[in-house]
Amino acid sequence: MTSSVAGSATGGATALGLRAPRRLTSHRGGRLLVRAVLFLVVIGIFVVPLWSMIVTAFSGGAPKLGQVFLWPHGLSAGNLTTAWRFGLGRGLVNSIVVEAIGLTLQVTVSAFAAYALARKRFRGAGLVMLAILATMMMPEEIIAIPLYLVLGKISLLDNYGGLALPLVGWALPVYVLTGFMKRIPVELEEAARVDGAGDLRIFFQVILPLCLPALGTCAVFGFLMIWDQYLLPLLVAQSPKMSTLTLIVTSLQASQEQGEGVRLAAAVVLMVPSVLVYLGLQRLFERGLLSGSLKG
Amino acid sequence: MSVSTPSAPVASVPRDRGGPPAARRVRRVRSRFSPWLFLAPALAFFAVFKFWPVIWGVYLSFFHVRPYLGNEWLGWANFSRAFQDPDLRAAVGHTVLDAVVSVAGSMLVGFALALLLESPARHVRILRTAVFLPAVTAMVAIAELWGALLFPGRYGAVNSFLGALGLGAQPFLASPHSSLWTVMLIQIWKAAPYDMVIFIAGLVGIDRQLYESANIDGAGAWQRLRHITIPSLRPITTIVLTLGIIRGLRVFTEINVLTGGGPGGSTETIVTTTFKAATVANDTGYASAISTLLLIATILLTSLTLWWRNRLEAS
Repeated sequence: MTSSVAGSATGGATALGLRAPRRLTSHRGGRLLVRAVLFLVVIGIFVVPLWSMIVTAFSGGAPKLGQVFLWPHGLSAGNLTTAWRFGLGRGLVNSIVVEAIGLTLQVTVSAFAAYALARKRFRGAGLVMLAILATMMMPEEIIAIPLYLVLGKISLLDNYGGLALPLVGWALPVYVLTGFMKRIPVELEEAARVDGAGDLRIFFQVILPLCLPALGTCAVFGFLMIWDQYLLPLLVAQSPKMSTLTLIVTSLQASQEQGEGVRLAAAVVLMVPSVLVYLGLQRLFERGLLSGSLKG
Repeated sequence: MSVSTPSAPVASVPRDRGGPPAARRVRRVRSRFSPWLFLAPALAFFAVFKFWPVIWGVYLSFFHVRPYLGNEWLGWANFSRAFQDPDLRAAVGHTVLDAVVSVAGSMLVGFALALLLESPARHVRILRTAVFLPAVTAMVAIAELWGALLFPGRYGAVNSFLGALGLGAQPFLASPHSSLWTVMLIQIWKAAPYDMVIFIAGLVGIDRQLYESANIDGAGAWQRLRHITIPSLRPITTIVLTLGIIRGLRVFTEINVLTGGGPGGSTETIVTTTFKAATVANDTGYASAISTLLLIATILLTSLTLWWRNRLEAS
């Protein structure tokens, strides 16, 4: 893992060497001005759209189709309550349930597998890792139709199981945790074994506590992966009562007579948990991003 | 297929655990089973929800799937149909163009963002965090936001901004001529901040002495960028680019939310075609055949890329 790189990305000095200390000359003033203008362009392109989404969602007045507010027009939860009437609350609850089932199982199952792959010698270990990495080439988009048929065979359509269980097996956390566990010193495990601890106890009391940062990274990525699901619920959730948040948000697109405020309010509800998770665990996230960036 | 990753974990090195011989024997017996016990839950999930569907999909590719009448064996007919289907050919064209342009575009924009925002200063760090938010936000929310902002009328948010600049109103997603390009812009907007973080890590990793000696030699900012920064980042960039393009071949969510493949099929992609073949046309066999071809393409291209990376790292 390249965690050291992630750490120094925020803490280290600038690498381009463009800003060595220099006396303030007119030349430097011009450069600062260019920089300021570029910053404004970046803010305009990347920050203002999200800002206008939030502002419009919580404004009282309804803008016309395609229009958004750049500044709040009377703080109001009206859009939110309208979206609630169209099933936003139910979608939120469903998404949270799916997230809870899916993420718990995903992290648990991955940690168990990673322990075997990282700390045990056994015939077929290489093959197992290869098979797990190969599933990275079998995402929902490619296997959607047969997956749907398989789910039908094992009665996993239109229920929480069908929405959550297909997301449990994910190669990324297995890979990240295996890499992390390999770097835990053998001596710690040996010492516990001498004290008579079995595999399960060593796993829970020695290995897992040392893996907390890597588990956090996996939890962040797993959270976002499950939260953003769209195609799987589109196929699995057949009755409105099983609709997840992403489905509710896209269904609001159709009722455009509500104006943009309602659909944007729903989109904000979809966005906020991801942003909170990211802001809360930013370091873990960036570390995982860098270690996972080369994986298919 | 060979998915040989150089860093792919393999069994750890042999080690002497010590202890009395009897205890060692017990341990050996136990440890023959225990790795599989630890692996079993994960392998069960992968088997049921990944490998079974993949095998089932390949199998169905050879059939005309009829829910109550029994499946009819077609041989290679679904595949030869796929190779002759003009709609699918157009969809493949859109998909490849979209994947290449959006991935290359977001890397370019991400690189520019990295150069601009790579600084430990506090205000830059805050801006960097804000710029990164689109990358963690669900694609569905992003699609809804831009669907609203890019309203084709003159009063649409982006169009009124263009109007203020003296530019005419654009149809964006509403015209078959601009719909795919508009989708690409939205994809770049979401993916570029992600690439920015990767590039910033790469920039920090470059040996600073190179810049200092370049400074002494009188190299300007552009020359430093051209001769030090870009060459240093090239190995990581090409791999990320290739894998990103392969991943881009399965684009679905943003297309389905923003345009549904329209207008006039102008944004139809491989996966939306598959989806419609299965759900609208009710032709599961044909949909499976397209998915199988996409799977084969993905495996071939990924293996090729990883093989190429191993060669790069070996040399």
